[in-house]
Amino acid sequence: MSLEDLYRKTTISPDGEEFEINPIEDYFCTDKPEEVKPVQNILEKFYNWARSESIWILGFGTGCGAIEMRPLMTPRFDAYRYGIQWRPTPRQANLLIISGYLSTKTLKRVIRVYEQMQNPKYVMALGSCTINGGMYFDSYNTIKRLDYYLPVDVYVAGCMPRPEALLAGVVKLKTLIKTGMAEGANDYANRFDWYKTNQKAVILNWDMPDYNW
Amino acid sequence: MNKFEKFSFDGDRTAYPNKKADGSLDIDLSSHKYIKVWQGPNHPGITGNMAVELTVCGDEVVEAKTHVGYLHRGFEKLMERRRYIQNCPLVCRVSVPEPDYNEFNYSTCVENLAGISVPDKALWLRTLALEMARLQGYLMWIGGAAGTLGFGTVGQWSNYLRDLVLDRFEELTGGRIYHIYILIGGVRNDIPVGFKQRMLDNLREIEGFMKDIRKVLFDNYVFKKRTIGLGIIEPEWIYPYGIVGPNARAAGSLNDVRKDYPYGKYSELDFEVKTSKQSDIYARAYLRYEELLTDIDLIKQILDKMPDGGEFMANIPNVFNLEIPAGETYVRSECTRGEYGYYMVSDGSGFPRRVNVRGPSYTHAVALLERMLINANIADVAQIMVSLHTYPPEIER
Amino acid sequence: MFQKIIEKINLKYPIDVVSKKSDKLMFLTVHKNTAVNTVQYLKDDLGFKHLVLLTAVDFLEQGKFQLTYLLNNPDIKIDIGVRVLIERESATMESAHSLWPTIATYQRELREMFGIDFPDSPGVNDEFILEGWNNTPPYRRDFDTKAFAANFYHQRNSRENNDPSAHMKKNLYPNE
Repeated sequence: MSLEDLYRKTTISPDGEEFEINPIEDYFCTDKPEEVKPVQNILEKFYNWARSESIWILGFGTGCGAIEMRPLMTPRFDAYRYGIQWRPTPRQANLLIISGYLSTKTLKRVIRVYEQMQNPKYVMALGSCTINGGMYFDSYNTIKRLDYYLPVDVYVAGCMPRPEALLAGVVKLKTLIKTGMAEGANDYANRFDWYKTNQKAVILNWDMPDYNW
Repeated sequence: MNKFEKFSFDGDRTAYPNKKADGSLDIDLSSHKYIKVWQGPNHPGITGNMAVELTVCGDEVVEAKTHVGYLHRGFEKLMERRRYIQNCPLVCRVSVPEPDYNEFNYSTCVENLAGISVPDKALWLRTLALEMARLQGYLMWIGGAAGTLGFGTVGQWSNYLRDLVLDRFEELTGGRIYHIYILIGGVRNDIPVGFKQRMLDNLREIEGFMKDIRKVLFDNYVFKKRTIGLGIIEPEWIYPYGIVGPNARAAGSLNDVRKDYPYGKYSELDFEVKTSKQSDIYARAYLRYEELLTDIDLIKQILDKMPDGGEFMANIPNVFNLEIPAGETYVRSECTRGEYGYYMVSDGSGFPRRVNVRGPSYTHAVALLERMLINANIADVAQIMVSLHTYPPEIER
Repeated sequence: MFQKIIEKINLKYPIDVVSKKSDKLMFLTVHKNTAVNTVQYLKDDLGFKHLVLLTAVDFLEQGKFQLTYLLNNPDIKIDIGVRVLIERESATMESAHSLWPTIATYQRELREMFGIDFPDSPGVNDEFILEGWNNTPPYRRDFDTKAFAANFYHQRNSRENNDPSAHMKKNLYPNE
């Protein structure tokens, strides 16, 4: 798929009928995300408890931290006992783990993935490279701090973080969710323009709608 | 008749699509005959992000293109900005499952150029670390390959076994994944007290599980049905496509860097190069299984033959000011995927002029995969990809 | 062994410099015009059929790129690196994709990372690793990756950078 495929063009249907399409407007939703205000009552507390006990992780390893995911899935560390499981599609997941450095090419995919996820959604960032660049502080192709592009709920430091550190990060995230402090998705909706400006500053070929999923 | 002709992709390449005059394929997407399907950038069977753009006709792939670059960090550029010793913690990040090969190749390059001779004990310890890296790399691969076909249990077992090896790595080097154990001039530490016994216990446990894995995976009807006769690498492709390692050995080639260009202490170890003739996915998987058993045997031999005590680090004055005479060199070693090489050019300053990493996946995952996927079924794409044991970060560094 | 090979090549194509590194590895410098022919001769007639790598080295000071075709002979187990010096300004080189299909990948990477053009190589102008890159090709020496990263990406202002030898001297050996 090239850039031209996204612009307005004429196409022919299987029946031979000609019609005009504009992929960006026709296929994608261009509305901005909206803030979902948390309700401050006992029911919300129950919801938060339920959310914290069923964290479903998207199986998208963006960097080298992903190699410690497999030990987490297996009996030694067994993350399933925390109510965690890995899902193949962003529509079913509510935790996006950014496992390490992000090259700008992957950042573009990660943003698309994050916007496809349903609320409530959380972001956990692994490794020093998501905090301040880490090893790759002078690399021309990796971002230096993630919280300018996506709202991060929990950072796990280390290069690379051990599975125990990841589990500790998950426990921390659970406390945040239970106390109603993990409001990353609302932050993203509120400061949508700021996030988009930052994202567009580093992704050079922005060939997608601003909010398309 | 060539015995591979039965499975050859060229044999039934007549129906779709036609070739244009310049040799490219005549694929008209607006004819509604073809669909583009993207596999990736993430795929659970491979350790790393890589996308394959498939053009399919029905469920048959007519054209495949590999897209890489999702994990590019520009190592070769970053290495030019760092002193020789500062690169040691950087190079291991090039390839996550087997970081030791990067450390080994990089250190050996610098030693070759600077004329540093490594103590005998350090060579033994390096060989031990490299064999352990191979062992855990194969264990991880078997889990991933079984996982793509739905054999989740094998993945659980092999990851448990890999954790045992990582425990020993942690004991030896202090790190689970990144070890930074092999430095310029030697290694960082001697083996700890009692390491040998614990390693032997773990190896015995791994061997026990391997019998089960053989029963569950390699004698399994479903596994055989879905792998035998599929994803053939023909012997005449080996040199044109730069195929190395188990992929080439499964096609009958005998090249193994450990035998052909012995490094470390491999010349004093007793092992034979396993080959196969079938060259399909099953043959490659079984070859890796056999190599895994060879690795276990080799680690036992190393632990037996390694002398106690002795220097494990050459005496180098102030490594931060290490300056290396101008020159260039190439060092290769045999990782689980094949020949892993470092090409280094120095210009007499304290910084390398250029370091180039030659990962085996560079040729396997781009030119070879694109060739192999033609006329494959979409359902088989994942297995073919995993059977090549591609690892994207060494393509783009 | 190497002497015979050099004599054989010298009969057909001129060799500028020979530098022998060990009894398994040797580098030859050849002319730009005859480089691909020399590589082809090594491959077809002398059995160097395994292409290990093709890469470039930037010699900014001399205004040259050095291309290295590293070839391996799997039968007698020796390596020969064929070096070619080409001009840095509007660098072009003859494509060798007819010799090995896989060399097109290397040439595509060199086109993107060094800006060396290989006309007629399949897909040489397609993006390989980077996406939407519009700066100097990053592996060139005159591209300063640290300055680029500092200006281009949002930084977290907490990082101190020290030159290791100066830092070590200051903290560990202040009196030397």
